[in-house]
Amino acid sequence: MLRVVLAEDAVLLRAGLVELLTRSGHEVVAAVGDAEQLVLAVDASCPDIVITDVRMPPGLRDEGLKAALELRARHQRLPVLVLSQYVATAYATQLLSRDSAGRGGLGYLLKERVGEVSQFMDTLRQVAEGQTVIDPEVVRVLLAQQTDSRPLNRLTPREREVLALMAEGLNNQTIAQRLTVTEASVVKHSGNIFMKLDLDPAEGNRRVLAVLAHLRGDPA
Amino acid sequence: MAEGPEGERGVLDWRAPRPPLPTERSVAVWEAMRQRPTRFLFSSWPLRCWAHLFSGMLFGLVVLLGLVLMVSAGVLLSVVGVGVLLLAAAAMAGVPVAAVERRRLRLVEPAPLQNPHGPTLTTGGMSWMRSRLAERATWRELGYTAALTVVFTWTGFGVTALLAFSATITVSPLIVWLLAPETVMIIPGRAVPHPLAALPFSAGGVLGLAVCAYLAGLLTGAQVKLADLLLTPRADRSQRRVIELTRSRARLADAFEAERRRIERDLHDGAQQQLIALSMTLGLAQMELKDGNPAVAELITRGRAEARRAQDQLRDLVRGIHPQVLTDHGLAAAVAEVALRNPLPVTVDIDLPRRLPGAVETTAYFTVTEALANAAKHSGASRATVVGRLESERLVLTVTDDGRGGADPDAGTGLSGLADRMAILRGRLLVSSPVGGPTQLRVEVPCSA
Repeated sequence: MLRVVLAEDAVLLRAGLVELLTRSGHEVVAAVGDAEQLVLAVDASCPDIVITDVRMPPGLRDEGLKAALELRARHQRLPVLVLSQYVATAYATQLLSRDSAGRGGLGYLLKERVGEVSQFMDTLRQVAEGQTVIDPEVVRVLLAQQTDSRPLNRLTPREREVLALMAEGLNNQTIAQRLTVTEASVVKHSGNIFMKLDLDPAEGNRRVLAVLAHLRGDPA
Repeated sequence: MAEGPEGERGVLDWRAPRPPLPTERSVAVWEAMRQRPTRFLFSSWPLRCWAHLFSGMLFGLVVLLGLVLMVSAGVLLSVVGVGVLLLAAAAMAGVPVAAVERRRLRLVEPAPLQNPHGPTLTTGGMSWMRSRLAERATWRELGYTAALTVVFTWTGFGVTALLAFSATITVSPLIVWLLAPETVMIIPGRAVPHPLAALPFSAGGVLGLAVCAYLAGLLTGAQVKLADLLLTPRADRSQRRVIELTRSRARLADAFEAERRRIERDLHDGAQQQLIALSMTLGLAQMELKDGNPAVAELITRGRAEARRAQDQLRDLVRGIHPQVLTDHGLAAAVAEVALRNPLPVTVDIDLPRRLPGAVETTAYFTVTEALANAAKHSGASRATVVGRLESERLVLTVTDDGRGGADPDAGTGLSGLADRMAILRGRLLVSSPVGGPTQLRVEVPCSA
């Protein structure tokens, strides 16, 4: 059971999310409608995880994202899951680049994923456990962004698949299941990926962040 | 003014509208005359006005003489044909007269008067004449010349005479003293026996000088007013309408932009959230149904897929109306996102030191979107490049593809609509697309406002 603070300005969606979370056995300690209340609610209740929308009142711009970054700067290891209407990679990279690696889970998910309830709950748990999860659609776009000059082109298609799944925060075992290969071959692929991209084969969160940092090119 | 495409073929060039014309001027002489009388009378103003009136009188007489000669010679010789030319020259006499007058007015007017004539491109005498005769300014100058020769020359003459008389009787005691002991008659029939007896005349002379100063000031001011009306560029009715139309067009574009944002917000807050809520409800239903009827589960899965497709469509639609990332992260980020979705590989190199005005960002963004879409659809190009820089407070943005060229900017409505929006921002849009390629679209928009 997770104690969740939820920030979402659309009333219908907020109520739906509260119902979804409650039915799935989590406790919504606060459900608020704007970024200022989100900060107040988190400060007051120290939740296990924060779920926030990107676009929030008062400015209806990226207040939710900014509030999330502010909260992570203040509360060590506070997991944050950002829900977004936009595939735009700028938001994902903003979230990742303004945040130092390895401090609590971080997620950027398209809003429509909440419809896939069990998957959404898995993601929520992963982020709460400290992993980094980026929406597959966003990862796909980030991968497509790479042009000839990038070392990424040296990857084989299978290695790209592994990298994409890695960026979603999956572990080797799950990746192996998804791709219906052995875990050993996933280990081999990821070794190749790190070698080709000149990355330290560090584990978990740092691994994902390094991959994403590399994917998006220069930090914004 | 937005004129049609001009210049080399394949180049669209919507130029910026002219800046609004200056408003009515205040006459410096009249301003000075509103001061205390002592201050005005002991300033340089009376002398300058007198100099202006006097020189105007001489000049007016010369012009009048010249005109009379030209017109009479022209009428006499019109049977031969040369006379017609002389008459035409007389009709244009206003042009040099006005040139002299604009300079002469600097005696009494600190702000220079602007030349109303447009530049003439050709050098031939006949074509110069033709282009001048076609200008309204030429005829207004002729009208001014008439006013100068008929009104200002003679009123100037009157004031000069009064001035001379006043000056003379001011120094009357001196004259009496010089001519004594003979009796001096300053006014016929009234003998003045000695210098002191002439003092009242001096007083009258001084009063006359003051009257002259004010008269000259009034006349000079009137001449300045008239010159301002007839010798300077004039916002005539059609020009004023152009200015008003330009403004109303800008207001319309702003309203249009506001409406786009409202629609985007409504879709975001309404339909999009509803669809997400729907798929969430379907997801919950599926969860509750775990071991239930497989046919129902199948229907729910289908419903979710449909909701998902509707969401995708709606997201693309919203992005086409106004992308949120443009508002939040600016032009470079928004163009990078467009480049990702473009079927052609696109290299984006936009390096701007700061965020640009909203209208500039929006227009530039949609221009790039349109250009990239065109490149992907029609050009046969294998790749495209977008480069953006801020050069001396102007956004200069180029979209280049390596396609076969030959694009006709007049063909599509997309680009001309964007060029219209560009014109509102006083920017321009240039398309260069020689047959065989490459096609380059160049946007230049001032960003200082």
